[in-house]
Amino acid sequence: MQERIEFTREMKRDYTILMPNMLPVHFRLLRDVFRLHGYNMVLLDNEGPGVVEAGLKYVHNDTCYPALLCIGQFIDALQSGRFDINRTALIITQTGGGCRASNYIHLLRKALIKAGMAHVPVISLNPAGLEKNSGFQLTPTLLLQSMVTILYADVLMCLKNQVEPYEDDPGACARLVDHWAEKLTDQFKRHPRAGALHFKRNIREIARDFDAVPHTPAEKVKVGIVGEIYVKYSSLANNHLERFLLEQGCEVNLPGLMGFLLNALDHNIDDVDLYGGSRFNQLLCKAVMRYVNHIEAVIARAIRKNSRLNPPTPYKTTRRELDGVLGVGCKMGEGWLLTAEMCELIDSGVPNIVCVQPFGCLPNHIAGKGTIRALREKFPEANIVPIDYDPGATRVNQENRLKLMLSVARESLSGTPKVS
Amino acid sequence: MRIGLDIGSTTIKCVVLDDAGRIVLSRYQRHKSQIAQLAEVLLHTIKAEFPGEKFTLGISGSAGMGLAEELGIDFLQEVYATRVALKRLVPEADCAIELGGEDAKILFLTGAGGLEVRMNGTCAGGTGAFIDQMATLMDVSVEQLEPLSAHHQRSYAIASRCGVFAKSDIQPLLNQGARKEDVARSIFEAVAGQTIAGLAQGREIAGNVVYLGGPLTFFSQLRDCFDKALGIRGIHPENSLYFVSIGAAMQAAGEVDIDALIPRIQRRAGAARYVSCPPLFTDEAAYRAFRARHDKNRVDTVEKPGYDGKVYIGIDSGSTTIKAVVIDEDHNLLKTAYMSNRGNPLPEVKRFLKEFYDEFPRATVAGAGATGYGEALVKAAFRLDGGVVETVAHFIAARQLQRDVDFIIDIGGQDIKCFKIRDGAIDDIFLNEACSSGCGSFIQTFAAAWGLPVDEFARRGLLAKHPVDLGSRCTVFMNSSVKQAQKDGATLEDISAGLSISIVKNALYKVIRTADAAELGDHIVVQGGTFLNDAVLRAFEREIGKDVVRPNIAGLMGAYGVAVWSAERSKGKSGMLTRAELDAFDMQTSNTRCQGCKNHCMLNIIKFDGGRRFISGNRCEKMTGGGKKAMPNLYEVKRQMLRELTPGDNLRGRIGIPMGLNMYELYPFWHALFTRLGFEVVQSPESDHALYAAGQRTIPSDTACYPAKLMHGHTEWLLQQGVDAIFYPCLSYNFDEKRGDNHYNCPVVAYYPEVLRLNVPGLRNTKFISDYLGIHRPRDFERRFPRVLDRYFPGIPRREVREAVRAAYRAYDDHMAAVRARGAEMLREAREKGVPVIVLCGRPYHIDPEISHGIDQQIAQLGAVVVTEDSVNMNVQKFSVNVLNQWTYHSRLYSAARYVATCGDPGVNLVQLVSFGCGVDAITTDEVRRILSEGGKLYTQLKIDEITNPGAVRIRLRSLFAALGQEEA
Repeated sequence: MQERIEFTREMKRDYTILMPNMLPVHFRLLRDVFRLHGYNMVLLDNEGPGVVEAGLKYVHNDTCYPALLCIGQFIDALQSGRFDINRTALIITQTGGGCRASNYIHLLRKALIKAGMAHVPVISLNPAGLEKNSGFQLTPTLLLQSMVTILYADVLMCLKNQVEPYEDDPGACARLVDHWAEKLTDQFKRHPRAGALHFKRNIREIARDFDAVPHTPAEKVKVGIVGEIYVKYSSLANNHLERFLLEQGCEVNLPGLMGFLLNALDHNIDDVDLYGGSRFNQLLCKAVMRYVNHIEAVIARAIRKNSRLNPPTPYKTTRRELDGVLGVGCKMGEGWLLTAEMCELIDSGVPNIVCVQPFGCLPNHIAGKGTIRALREKFPEANIVPIDYDPGATRVNQENRLKLMLSVARESLSGTPKVS
Repeated sequence: MRIGLDIGSTTIKCVVLDDAGRIVLSRYQRHKSQIAQLAEVLLHTIKAEFPGEKFTLGISGSAGMGLAEELGIDFLQEVYATRVALKRLVPEADCAIELGGEDAKILFLTGAGGLEVRMNGTCAGGTGAFIDQMATLMDVSVEQLEPLSAHHQRSYAIASRCGVFAKSDIQPLLNQGARKEDVARSIFEAVAGQTIAGLAQGREIAGNVVYLGGPLTFFSQLRDCFDKALGIRGIHPENSLYFVSIGAAMQAAGEVDIDALIPRIQRRAGAARYVSCPPLFTDEAAYRAFRARHDKNRVDTVEKPGYDGKVYIGIDSGSTTIKAVVIDEDHNLLKTAYMSNRGNPLPEVKRFLKEFYDEFPRATVAGAGATGYGEALVKAAFRLDGGVVETVAHFIAARQLQRDVDFIIDIGGQDIKCFKIRDGAIDDIFLNEACSSGCGSFIQTFAAAWGLPVDEFARRGLLAKHPVDLGSRCTVFMNSSVKQAQKDGATLEDISAGLSISIVKNALYKVIRTADAAELGDHIVVQGGTFLNDAVLRAFEREIGKDVVRPNIAGLMGAYGVAVWSAERSKGKSGMLTRAELDAFDMQTSNTRCQGCKNHCMLNIIKFDGGRRFISGNRCEKMTGGGKKAMPNLYEVKRQMLRELTPGDNLRGRIGIPMGLNMYELYPFWHALFTRLGFEVVQSPESDHALYAAGQRTIPSDTACYPAKLMHGHTEWLLQQGVDAIFYPCLSYNFDEKRGDNHYNCPVVAYYPEVLRLNVPGLRNTKFISDYLGIHRPRDFERRFPRVLDRYFPGIPRREVREAVRAAYRAYDDHMAAVRARGAEMLREAREKGVPVIVLCGRPYHIDPEISHGIDQQIAQLGAVVVTEDSVNMNVQKFSVNVLNQWTYHSRLYSAARYVATCGDPGVNLVQLVSFGCGVDAITTDEVRRILSEGGKLYTQLKIDEITNPGAVRIRLRSLFAALGQEEA
């Protein structure tokens, strides 16, 4: 048993902290928030075969692909010479659920030992206080700002996805996201505990800004992406799935990150209902849940009132959409949320879905592939393609399957098949 | 006119349609990765054939995407193209099955659920490439499979999920003398089974079914297998090879100028754009220097015509080749042979021995032995003196060349064996379990696809300028990587070099799983036929950054080792068949079902002249009489305990319980609960392959573990019994045994009931109790369960239910206590008698003989007492591990490993069973290995799946016993 290297107060001063980049908009904003709190965060952007090679070399090959990539990316970065490995720490999230994903941090440490870099501290980012580091604390302000940031980022991503395929000036939406990222960070700097006032105004303005992007309406195939969280969001893992779909002339619909966090909270509520447990904790969770639900409703109203665009789907709506297809006790990995997101997408006019997972993903045997048959019966228009990702899966096979899904989608859109 | 070009993974299909839609030209050719060149030739042909015509061009097919994109030509996804063609040519079709080189597809055109297309995922099992691979393995041409299969008498169950596994099923069959006719038929059946199970996933294939694509066009036997499996008579339309190209032609919209197109295709052929590795050798000189260095490691063949002293013979009957040597008393080689086993080793070995008798009529055979897959068969057939497991044979041989060898890696046709040597004994063994990537047959299969002999194919890669970087991955997946590289313009030379490099990476990173070459050792000996390939050897040295020793007899080392071993054990005269006996040697093969136990193994009986018999295919030695008495086996005891629970009286109804996954542990709990309440508890039977097959069609995720997939069969069985309800609850949490940080079930165990509920149609008409229950909180559960039960069986008094729940907890505790007590007793007795003990670690459901393939019995047969992980895990206190220890079943593995590591008894060792597809075990295996190594214990892992290959498992177990010094030969 190896002693864990703590991230100390002294380290905070001059250490660089590397963080993986799962979601470009979200993680960039989060990095800026953490920087405001004195953490010298760097978002990893290294890609290419070196990352996979490092993963294959230092992680058990049967481990799921996200772990392999995430750890491969860290090791590849540390070995690249870009960072002083005696002045660098790593940060990774830890969920503590029943999925093997909870083991990433341990696998990362094993990999570091194997790669001869056991002295590099690894910070566990989790709200439950699983591992403590004197140099890294989720203060209430930091936590609050992170949560608000995720809400903003969900909005930015959601609106961008709706406008970008139709924009007249390519890159207009991307620039708008940049603009808002800077503006929001600046606000956090000036008003660390920015209240509801800013928030509502910001959402309103974001909605108006995206609404005003010059665009040409066109009939495009709408495709939703659901699945294992890392593969769903990370272009490194999914071979730039979003870009591919955009190039194929689709509008991409990507459910937000807040739903995933709320879902984790929700399990605490459901567990007590299902198996018993502390009513007090349950009440506490319910209170937080109600509060965030309220904010989500505020966001939705603001966006509807100020634009033609659809707001991110509030968590409550998604949960309602599950409609008993899967039991709410199914909570490991993405659990029932994955199924609920598929239902919600289909019901809101996005019957074309890419369900992504690492090859051999355990929870997705249940909530992903396991439910597709039932969903097809419930929604005959459903056009779902499950795609596996792992170091051995090649892009040509994946794109071929996606193209098949798109051919079917185009046919139902126009009544006639089209070639691409 | 309309041109349709279908560029698949191995072939190009081309059609030209006239304006009325009639086919005026069609071509079908293997493209051998020369896609651009062939496309060019085809276009020229068309141009010449129809001068002055205007054309539209549509491209389809998995390898055509890149070409179409670059040339700006219409691309139509191939499944979609098929559908377009079907609508026109076979409008009455309800469903189409199309098999291609590496793709398998089913299209559902009509019926509830609407249009739906299923394609094989990342797995290429059950496709044309698979059939090619199997033909190579059988040493027949692909065309011969059809006439062979037509004369079959029986068929064998072959794991069809992927070529790799099927191979490990077929190889032993061939080695043991099964008829090629029957094997050919079995291959077709496997393909049909894989397609139906893997792709239909619960949707019924019925109505007018159309067969399309190469394999289904060429093999009427394959169509027959589909007809039989589906209970239909399928349609085999004209032009069934060309549906994709016809569809592409029909959809093509834009007119093309062929003359302008051809130069663009030519330009493309010149540009390489794939990721490449540095070349293996920069020039001829570097290669010559390398050769010179390796030519020094030699065991020399001596010419001793008329030799009249003692000789020792060693025969290594491997998976694809047979190696044989004769040595003199100084261990010099007198005669060697390297033969392809062509599916049956006996004729070749016989020929070799006859040659030997002819060449050395005056020599005395003082010892003869065998090793390898065919060890038992060869030994029995020629009455050799003994047999030794391959690992030991290789070690003995390596020691002859390099006294202080500390690491041996042997890459053979289908096996990778590597082990470390510490203090003169085999210490750490790495074997490729269910994966043959990184082995010789891998490169052989690719060479065959290009129509080249393997050494020629490999040699072409030596001086390749830009070897393709193929990474390290499974053989089956490698096909698509090669496909991609071809698409990107890699040459045969580059691919050949890339494959050699990839073999090495697979061996290092997938089998040995090394991160650092320094940890392998300082004196490395490489052997096995695959290392005779210079490209592989060079790639290996470069990858580990060290020079290694490759004996000139690298391919013969196993045989040489057995010969030396036979010499060491010689009693002066061998019992091997004499010259006269050899001349009369003859064999006959027959089959029968063993009636010795419930397994009903299919026995393969070979009768040799003089009535000697060799029986194979058996899991145990009961009927063959060769073995000694089996040791006590806690797996068997546990099975017996479950069998003894009686169903109870039917006062309130009959409850069906599917025996699988966690039910193997919780059955006593639920049994007590329901019998106490007056239910008759109907237990589904122990699994077998037929049971699996009965539920196979409703499995939604083909990559789930076999234990989970078996649940479908159990559920179907229970539905047939007409029970009042089927009880199989979801359990996120398991009991907390206080040895880990949490007490989850793995996601599959926890939620598989949901998969059944959503995918097994029959459950809709039955009460299926799959509620989420919390048995980990006894007090809460006692309060809550009455409410749950009330929803299904109203009116049972609450107090009664609560009492039953309490009884259930007592029954479970009693059961576990009994298991532990029995385990403790076995351990004590074993230690008293000095008998070795194997803690066979797995999950509760690994006691199912269909899942563990009788491995527990094999170990008991080999002379070790077998106990379970759950009988020893409570013997240790909670301790820290380097991973998140949050699953109850897995926590037991760590505790059991800790127990074995710390018990201080060298006779107690651990073997871990790992189900293929178990994601969690990717974490546990490394950790269990680490815990064991802290106590100086060996780690042995057996990967298990659908496959039943007792031979391979046996070799691994014997290697362990040999390493422990326990093996008697």
